[in-house]
Amino acid sequence: MIRTEELLLNVGPQHPSTHGVFRIIVKLDGEVITEAIPVMGYLHRGTEKLAEDLNFTQIIPYTDRMDYVSAMTNNYVLCHAVETMMGLEIPERAEFMRLIVMELQRVASHLVWWGTYLLDIGAMSPFLYAFRDREMIIDFFNELCGARLTYNYMRVGGVKWDAPEGWLDKVRDFVPYMEKKLDEYNNLVSGNEIFLARIKGIGQYDAQTAIDYGLSGANLRCTGVDWDLRRAEPYSLYNRFEFDVPLGKTGDCYDRYLIRLEETRQSLRILKQALEQIPSSGEVMGKVPRVIRPPAGEVYVRIESPRGEIGCHIISKGKAEPYRLKFRRPSFVNLQILPKLLVGETMTNLITILGGIDIVVGEVDA
Amino acid sequence: MEFNLEKITPEERRELERNVFMGTLDQLKAWARSNSLWPLTFGLACCAIEMMGTGASHYDLDRFGVIFRTSPRQSDVMIVAGTVTKKMGPLLRRLYDQMPEPKWVIAMGSCATAGGPYVKSYAVMKGVDQIVPVDVYIPGCPPNPAALIYGINKLQEKIRYEAKTGKRVTSR
Amino acid sequence: MSEERDKTAGMPSSGDTVGTAGEAPKETAGTVEGKEQSGQEQASANAEPAAPAAPSSAEASAAPVVDPEREAKLKAAAEAREARAAAKAKAESEAVPEEPKAPSPKQPILDAAVGLIRTEVAEDAVEEAYINELNGHMPVIVVKGDRWSEVAALMKNHAALGCNYLRNVTGVDCETHMEAVYHLVSLESKQDYAIKIKTDREAPSVASATPIWATANWNEREIYDLLGINFPGHPDMRRIMMPDDWVGHPLRKDYEPLDPEV
Repeated sequence: MIRTEELLLNVGPQHPSTHGVFRIIVKLDGEVITEAIPVMGYLHRGTEKLAEDLNFTQIIPYTDRMDYVSAMTNNYVLCHAVETMMGLEIPERAEFMRLIVMELQRVASHLVWWGTYLLDIGAMSPFLYAFRDREMIIDFFNELCGARLTYNYMRVGGVKWDAPEGWLDKVRDFVPYMEKKLDEYNNLVSGNEIFLARIKGIGQYDAQTAIDYGLSGANLRCTGVDWDLRRAEPYSLYNRFEFDVPLGKTGDCYDRYLIRLEETRQSLRILKQALEQIPSSGEVMGKVPRVIRPPAGEVYVRIESPRGEIGCHIISKGKAEPYRLKFRRPSFVNLQILPKLLVGETMTNLITILGGIDIVVGEVDA
Repeated sequence: MEFNLEKITPEERRELERNVFMGTLDQLKAWARSNSLWPLTFGLACCAIEMMGTGASHYDLDRFGVIFRTSPRQSDVMIVAGTVTKKMGPLLRRLYDQMPEPKWVIAMGSCATAGGPYVKSYAVMKGVDQIVPVDVYIPGCPPNPAALIYGINKLQEKIRYEAKTGKRVTSR
Repeated sequence: MSEERDKTAGMPSSGDTVGTAGEAPKETAGTVEGKEQSGQEQASANAEPAAPAAPSSAEASAAPVVDPEREAKLKAAAEAREARAAAKAKAESEAVPEEPKAPSPKQPILDAAVGLIRTEVAEDAVEEAYINELNGHMPVIVVKGDRWSEVAALMKNHAALGCNYLRNVTGVDCETHMEAVYHLVSLESKQDYAIKIKTDREAPSVASATPIWATANWNEREIYDLLGINFPGHPDMRRIMMPDDWVGHPLRKDYEPLDPEV
């Protein structure tokens, strides 16, 4: 008779497919997972404690490094929180610039996700295609604010630099190019039989589970719940643009995949409209006092980052530094469903499910 | 004349060994090693994205012979890209120990060099050279892919220089 | 300057008067700021020396001595506040509309929620309830610690409230006490609430909300790890961010790192 034992396997912090330093302790019965225990904290850098000694303009670079794949949305959530507290008015061109960079960032972030997800599943070339297009977007950002990854672009009251000469035209030319590329990528991957066999029906959950676990972003919309913060609780200028919010039906990895690709397309649509409507000149920084000192009180704002709902909870005592600054990180909250989804799956599907949740470990740990 | 080989000092012995034949063989080994550095994929934080971008098609690393290996047993160099926290430190040391000789370490980014922007944090190890000996430091936050390629080139030069002259560039 | 608020009602009135006196100018400043969107420095500068109070300082209730009279006292406090606000507005001679403090548009929602909690759970479950005007008029309810589980179940299951989505759990270390703040939203009605539970510093403990919203699981673990607040009822209370053998709770205000040079 064959005697089987339970095997304790460590999908360790250093692993090519865990998207960073994230560890899962997996109890296996053959190839089937019986229990999965995620362990995190290998990238906990203490941003929240550091923020208690810095004034708000100094905290903005730290927000870049939390969700480093989509840094502009992090910048925005902090600036938006302080501006809500102080009741500041942002000039229109600044708000348009913010929106344009945020949507460009959403496209770039979804490209990174797409490339690395398919790399985990086993396809090498989409990674190279995705990063080639992402290099173009990053070149735009490089021209705009000097950095490729951690921008430090937004300030409380506006943005730091205006778009240089010809920048908007370059972005205008990029949008149809990217739409064509998206069609190519769809043709390349989405009909592939091996891909479909690997991804359809994996990691399914229903809407009630998603709401209970507080999922957000594509993880929530794949079950059919229509909750996109750009639509439900509009911030910035999103209520001026037309865009669809893609929803899924079954709640499995394939739906999440399709939703994210569709979101990229919708972002390009918003970009097109924004590039037409941006005022051709204007200030990029509002009337801000020299020392940013929000009144005593607390505020919790939330925006839709490519990963879900990112929130910033600031408690201020009227000084230039926050008393307590807490970020509600979407990857941290979305990851809670992982132990539940993994029970009964095989090891190969672990990578698929983990990639489908789209986490960035800098955000899980903050 | 007696030529007592036991009484010579280690430095003299090394000089003797580094004659023409062995010297050329050393240089040949160094040339081979430097042109096929296989790093361990050790991306921790934001610098990992830049490292991935360097490995992608725009700033190709494959043309330098750099293929990313996922297992420490099969790699030559460990590019520590990102912040090393106190929780991660022992694991990093264990991975370094698992790498076979000859091995090198590149500290990429200011977090790995000296703590970076998180130098005042309670949970961050201020520089990876506290636990592993580092050969090349690449500053930047994150460093440009061109800077990473420059750093890898510097490491290649260092390997060749140390083999050619027998001298160590830094005191290890 | 924060008032000593204990979990039990019936604190000495001196603390309350200090609290109420401190909060009124801050509240007026809040409304003034809400009205003038240009972010006046003057208003915030006035608010700062007047009320550097912790945001948990009560805006609504006066002395919570006897509960059935609380409604009357609330009204009296509100009227007193309005009178003070009117005087202050006249003193500043700004062009403020007729009533210096218009009741917040979300006030009826807050009153309905507070009323529901009072009738369904317990009369004394709600310690304070106010509108956070800075934050888009979000209703904030401060709940007593030992009633929190029932209030949480009510907020989720009751048809009128229906807060099925827990957004965020934050732990705060105010120097005299600790707080846990839960942000809830109802996906259907898009109404959001913030609920605060105060606890003391020596043995802080807040009933866990994990049985009700599964989102709270890791959030509470993180708060336990970084601040030391215990959540009895949590299925898996252990450290999440720091290594398992770490000593101390880093996010506390009085935390001394063991090895700052490493």
